[in-house]
Amino acid sequence: MQIYLPIAEVSVNAFLLLGIGGIVGILSGLFGVGGGFLITPLLFFVGIPPAVAVATSANQIVASSVSAVIAHFQRRNVDLRMGTVLLVGGLIGSTLGVWLFSILRSMGQVDLFVSLCYVVFLGSVGGLMFVESLNALRRSRRPGAPLQRRKHGLAHTLPFKMKFRISGLYISVIPPLLVGLVVGILSAVMGVGGGFIMVPAMIYLLHMPTKVVIGTSLFQIIFVTAYTTLLHATTNKTVDMPLAVILLLGGVIGAQFGTRIGARMKAEQLRILLALLVLAVCGKLALDLLIQPAEVYSIAREGTA
Amino acid sequence: MIRLALLWLALVATPARAEEVVLGLSQDEVSITATFDGSEILIFGAVKRDAPIPAGGPLSVIVTVQGPREPVVVRRKDRVAGIWVNTDAMPMDLAPSFYAVATTGPFFDVISHTEDLRHQVSIEHAIRAVGDREGITDPERFRTALIRIRTGQNLYQQLEGAVEFSESTLFNTSISLPANLTEGAYATRIFLTRDGAVVDTYEGVIQVQKVGLERFLFNLAQQQPLAYGLLSLFIAITAGWGASAAFRALKS
Repeated sequence: MQIYLPIAEVSVNAFLLLGIGGIVGILSGLFGVGGGFLITPLLFFVGIPPAVAVATSANQIVASSVSAVIAHFQRRNVDLRMGTVLLVGGLIGSTLGVWLFSILRSMGQVDLFVSLCYVVFLGSVGGLMFVESLNALRRSRRPGAPLQRRKHGLAHTLPFKMKFRISGLYISVIPPLLVGLVVGILSAVMGVGGGFIMVPAMIYLLHMPTKVVIGTSLFQIIFVTAYTTLLHATTNKTVDMPLAVILLLGGVIGAQFGTRIGARMKAEQLRILLALLVLAVCGKLALDLLIQPAEVYSIAREGTA
Repeated sequence: MIRLALLWLALVATPARAEEVVLGLSQDEVSITATFDGSEILIFGAVKRDAPIPAGGPLSVIVTVQGPREPVVVRRKDRVAGIWVNTDAMPMDLAPSFYAVATTGPFFDVISHTEDLRHQVSIEHAIRAVGDREGITDPERFRTALIRIRTGQNLYQQLEGAVEFSESTLFNTSISLPANLTEGAYATRIFLTRDGAVVDTYEGVIQVQKVGLERFLFNLAQQQPLAYGLLSLFIAITAGWGASAAFRALKS
């Protein structure tokens, strides 16, 4: 069934969009990532203009994250206090990011910068996560091996300490604020929720328990992507409501399945799967940069590009 | 039948010239609905003459349909330090979002280069790019790339021999509009040519418009972006919460 999208001004198969939404929804429930790093390239692929794809996927991520976070709330896996601290950093960061984005756009290299950002961040995050979770899996198979002691890093020595009861941490608010800030900048520039950076940062930098990480990351993503959606709707007018509705129909259902599958899996297994997925997307983007494209020319409509 | 009658009326009503075009359109507006999947428009007409057919070659017909023109930027990638990067950019001042040119025969058999230049008939001349751009030595390549890409998307169509012309009097052609259509006024032009020279021209307009829900959403997004954005968020949050509640209800 073909459907004409009024803002994107293209006609696309509705079931294809429903499928894309569904797959991304499952991932978002499973891993606590918004899925923006996956949905945006997929939308490019079916012919949605990039500006519309970025803005609309932000809107769809709001829906699937709301759907998934409720399930996490019920299991008390959301650290509201930590989420709020991250959010404050995130909102400042995304405002900075939008400003950075407009500077890059005037320099005409925004596409390259975004692609490189994806490759560098997806590659390093995916690689680190893969190695770490592989080691963790091995350790859990050999019960005699000594467990790594939790380090007392910078987060414990800096001032402005705060108690995060659900995460079981008593650390300074500066590291989470900085994590939020960096993720906020990246999410505005790359057009994603930032879960794939946030999740590992919470695990490896803030030493939060994996169970809490996913719910908290989803909680924070809802607000950052909602903010991004509004920003896009008011400045670029590129949020396509029918497109978002179809995507989120698939997405919210997928997210429910995702959280249920996730509850039955080990944290290490989840992390290894997420790492593989992130590496796969990174590999695809890196290949696009390295291999000569079939068409070296591209057209950008001045109003939307 | 009514069409023919109108055509006849038009034939009688127009003032005299040697050979004139009288145009008919199957529709003068195209509505973009939610299920819009492209559209076909039929363009037909007749040649009116007060005198016998003049000497010279046979009469030919060219039909063009041009969508709204807008500025675009054509970029070219090149290999820099191992990766493919946009290096050169060539802005085009005005390029039609859609352009179809249908003729009775091979293009430069029916119109000469000078006449093409004067009336801007061919796809090449429909794109306007003024002046040289700094650092670009081959602007023509950007123009042909633009045409090549848009031809691949069916947005630019060169339809040689697509106009049926019988008895040097009645002509008709159909032009298919693709699904990814931009809104606006689509200028329709008819050229009558003999020996490559334009004898008469006619211009009409086809309105392409979003209707119903499509129109409402587009206007809301343009005129009240904040309300539109909030509505989008509201739908997203409701859908997310609703799905979660529905699944809980299913489980219990």
